[in-house]
Amino acid sequence: MGNRQEILLTGAGGQGLILASIVMAAAAVNDNKNVVQTQSYGPEARGGASMAGVIIDVDTIEYPKVTKPTVLLCMNQTSFNKYLPKVEPACIIIADSTYVSGSYSKDYKVLSFPITRSAKEGLGREVVANMLALGVINAASGLINREIFRASIFEMAPKGSGELNQQAFDLGYRLYEKGSGQNIGASSQTPQ
Amino acid sequence: MPETKPVLMQGNEACAVGAIAAGVRFYAGYPITPSTEVAEQMAAKLPEIGGVFIQMEDEIASMAAVIGASIGGMRTLTATSGPGFSLKQENLGYAIMAEIPCVVVNVQRMGPSTGVPTAPAQGDVMQARWGTHGDHPIIVFTPASVYESYYLTIAAVNLSQKLRQPVIVLLDEVIGHMREKVTIPEGKLMVEKSSDKVPSDWKPYDEKGLTPLVPFGFGHYYHVTGLFHDQYGFPTGDPPQVERALDRLHEKLEKYRDEIVLTNYIGHKEPRVAIVTYGCTVRSARSVVKKAYWQNRLPVGLLSLQTVWPFPAKEIEALAKQADVIIVPEMNRGQLVGEVERYACGEAKVVPLNRYDGEMINPDQISEEVGRWL
Repeated sequence: MGNRQEILLTGAGGQGLILASIVMAAAAVNDNKNVVQTQSYGPEARGGASMAGVIIDVDTIEYPKVTKPTVLLCMNQTSFNKYLPKVEPACIIIADSTYVSGSYSKDYKVLSFPITRSAKEGLGREVVANMLALGVINAASGLINREIFRASIFEMAPKGSGELNQQAFDLGYRLYEKGSGQNIGASSQTPQ
Repeated sequence: MPETKPVLMQGNEACAVGAIAAGVRFYAGYPITPSTEVAEQMAAKLPEIGGVFIQMEDEIASMAAVIGASIGGMRTLTATSGPGFSLKQENLGYAIMAEIPCVVVNVQRMGPSTGVPTAPAQGDVMQARWGTHGDHPIIVFTPASVYESYYLTIAAVNLSQKLRQPVIVLLDEVIGHMREKVTIPEGKLMVEKSSDKVPSDWKPYDEKGLTPLVPFGFGHYYHVTGLFHDQYGFPTGDPPQVERALDRLHEKLEKYRDEIVLTNYIGHKEPRVAIVTYGCTVRSARSVVKKAYWQNRLPVGLLSLQTVWPFPAKEIEALAKQADVIIVPEMNRGQLVGEVERYACGEAKVVPLNRYDGEMINPDQISEEVGRWL
């Protein structure tokens, strides 16, 4: 079955994860890939847990739901605790260390970056943390052509905020290039 | 055809885009999850192109407004989900009887009643067929992708106009809400007005057969009623006329059957195990058949139904002669499976595969069932 990549974006309602998934899917279309985007509807999208999935493939995508994530983004503690045990060790796991801490099974390699904090401190706007996260994800996975992704962000951003969102995306790349932080779990890992 | 760029689009949005491409310029509705995006799109787009969007007080009024606009000569659409679809049934019957074209989109969610508003289901298959009373004909399309939402809505609008027959686009939450890559053909779709080819001896309900609708205010005066009526629209209870009128309603669909009944077969030419399904479940089934047949050359096939009503009887009869077993996955407790069984006529064993917990049937479930019969 081709080269099916499943990206699961998880966190709290309001962190812009559904929008991030739509932007990512649009970027994938612009990069000439097949893509399907789904999201959790209902009470969780209105404040509680939030989840969005993007499937990218060279082949036609039939089953539209994420079953085996190849990339998992956790933007809060609840989603980290909930989704980490559900992914396979080979999955690229990215956690926002602004909100996620504590120990986890040593089977997993978790990349942690201060996503929300960097958006706030580096760009003065917490609201672009989602685009920053997309930068980290794309830097870590190389799923979509970077320039096409940047252009898609500009295209989809509300008028006047295109550049800010692109800066957030670039900052995500820089965070990834600096390397994963040691501030989640690393010192307190407990074997399970 | 000009070069077109693929875009990311949601199923519900594709439905609205398709409707507009097919000339729909009037939408009346009452928003309900998971169909609301159809209304949102129509509200955003219709005023820009001289169309009319009305948010009505409820679904009953929405259906009435759509019928009124249709007979005034507009191409119309309304969208809803199960609870609202129930409310539309009475007026839907009126539109069938009075032969007023309109398209009703029902994005199915988990029922009965308010059910699980955000969960997918395929529980309205029989309601779409028999929701309104009387021995009526109906056309029901079941898209399985965003692109199918687009083109089946176009087909719905055009067939509805041509046959003066309400058409239902029966989406499910999965297809309505998912976004995927689609390439929408550019350029204008030719929209032919049925009133363009009105014969000089036009009668609103010509007993000879299909006759175009001349909208009110276009020079012909006639009576419109939900009562059985004669060729001029005036009420009648005369048994031969009543019988003829009901036959005529059904015959127009029978005559154009091959234009209406759309199915697609993939897989082994002589399958031992065949899958028959519709809507989002087609996607899971297709991934099973791709693996079983395209990769492993197993005698497995899939007949996906873009049209569930009128029922693709001919196609099922043919399939049953080939296959030993027909599996019918549905996100309900078994609705279309009864129909499949009826036309399989004992030629093949018909096996239901049901799921009704608000989750999609996944490929593993289908694969397991297929494996059991191979």
